[in-house]
Amino acid sequence: MLNQSLSVKRKHYETRMKAVMLLSGGLTAALVLFLLVYVLAKGIPNITWELLSTSPSYLTERIGILPDILNTLYIVIATLLIVLPLGVGAAIYLTEYASNKKLVGAIEYAAETLSGIPSIIYGLVGMLLFSNNMGTCLMAGALTLVIMNLPTIMRTTQESLKTVPQSYREGAFGLGAGKWKVVRTVVLPGCVDGVITGCILSVGRILGESAALLYSAGFAHALNGIIDGLQAPGATLTVALYVYAKEQGEFGVAFAIAAILMVLTLLINFAAAQVQKHFAKRRSL
Amino acid sequence: MRKNQFIEKVIHGIFLLLGLITVGCVLLITVYLVISGIPAIREIGLIDFLFGKEWASTAEEPKYGILPFILTSIYGTAGAIVIGVPIGFMTAVYLSKLASPKVKSTMQSAVSLLAGIPSVVYGLVGMLILVPGIRKLFSVPDGASLLAAIIVLAIMILPSIIKMSITALDAVPKEYEDASLALGATPVETYFRVSVPAAKSGIAAAVVLGVGRAIGEAMAVMMVAGNAANMPNSIFQSVRFLTTAVSSEISYSGGLQRQALFSIALVLFLFIMLINAALNFFLKREKE
Repeated sequence: MLNQSLSVKRKHYETRMKAVMLLSGGLTAALVLFLLVYVLAKGIPNITWELLSTSPSYLTERIGILPDILNTLYIVIATLLIVLPLGVGAAIYLTEYASNKKLVGAIEYAAETLSGIPSIIYGLVGMLLFSNNMGTCLMAGALTLVIMNLPTIMRTTQESLKTVPQSYREGAFGLGAGKWKVVRTVVLPGCVDGVITGCILSVGRILGESAALLYSAGFAHALNGIIDGLQAPGATLTVALYVYAKEQGEFGVAFAIAAILMVLTLLINFAAAQVQKHFAKRRSL
Repeated sequence: MRKNQFIEKVIHGIFLLLGLITVGCVLLITVYLVISGIPAIREIGLIDFLFGKEWASTAEEPKYGILPFILTSIYGTAGAIVIGVPIGFMTAVYLSKLASPKVKSTMQSAVSLLAGIPSVVYGLVGMLILVPGIRKLFSVPDGASLLAAIIVLAIMILPSIIKMSITALDAVPKEYEDASLALGATPVETYFRVSVPAAKSGIAAAVVLGVGRAIGEAMAVMMVAGNAANMPNSIFQSVRFLTTAVSSEISYSGGLQRQALFSIALVLFLFIMLINAALNFFLKREKE
């Protein structure tokens, strides 16, 4: 019925736009699928136990990425340990304590600015600020990443704090609790989901980061424990990928790392979606 | 009681400090970049620095003109926007309005994956597929070029554009669309003549976000753009962006050359601040 009453011109518009939309959506889907399949197909055959479990040696011309895996782990742990209290604290200040609107605006604008600064600038500032004082080391890289991930943790925590019902706070106040006690016993337990989501997103960002780390954490492949490791320069997986691909032309190793990173990205996205679903369900009960 | 009040005040103070950390970080970054970026600009001269057409930092008579990098960054970003925005925008309209819930949620996870892939992986794939592909397809001596960088950047900004446009389009009140349909417009006409104009601030913000991503990307571009300090006269030329200009020389530079790199970072930072301000403007309008 509808189609009969439409002019030819409008019908053409309808089909044309639909075709363009489908084409764009299809292109995006094909792109994701291609990247996924290509990287996994080229990378997985190159992943061997020796690659995963050894450190590189020039003598035997062996390439191993165990140090890079460990460095990535160290830097994730160090960054999260520092950024969590800072980010959660800042979020609590904004939602629970702050009363000055201008100050809140300034803090939120600053957080937005931080999340818009490109990683190469973080790398440069991290180099000036941290590496020049404490040497090029994983800790300098971790501190750089702390600044980068601060807005993420802040935002996710803030969002979950907003879902804590105001009546809970009022109830606690009514029972005679002080502000700090209310924050500790009512507000903090309510922001667990935000903190977990923030952690997952931050881990994803840290795994993918390279420009901010190349000049603050360096690119050595030495095998260290966590304490020594944090004080020594070291490459994370992404930085190692860059060095192997761009400087050394070792594309097999580079693709092996890329495949590992791809799988980790998939896992992280899956985990983030699950956590969100889980908490959304609990909240609606 | 008095002791309790004292503790409350101390804790309030601690949270205030934590809250101010972000502001402190932004100030610290700005101050550091300005302090380390100004000396070289003074020595070279602002006009010669910004509009000098030649960058030869290691020559006997070094030249520090960054116009090639500025233009490359602008052309590269513009190219990525021209390719990425239409595809991303159309995908977003499709997913927000036309697609079934199942397709929508599957595609949204696919787009999240695209956003999560590390930039070095894009660089690696670009190095092995785009660069040789461009060399063969256009029979140029080297495929590492502005064109390769534009394509990589266009793909990398897709997720930001799609996600943000979907959010804006989903937020359009259902009544607007119902009214348009009731007046006899077809669904597709409604999407493009009612929903899209209603979501235009959010979509503008998505484009600005894409610009910010593209202009700030370093590693992927470093791997596919060739990195020669040429003026970007053709898309097949090996070029250097503002970001890659900093990262390609920083490890071995010293003296005025090193200071000039910090000045480049300062220029990049100013670009980003402008983009941030624009983004904020659109986001605020979207909220209203």
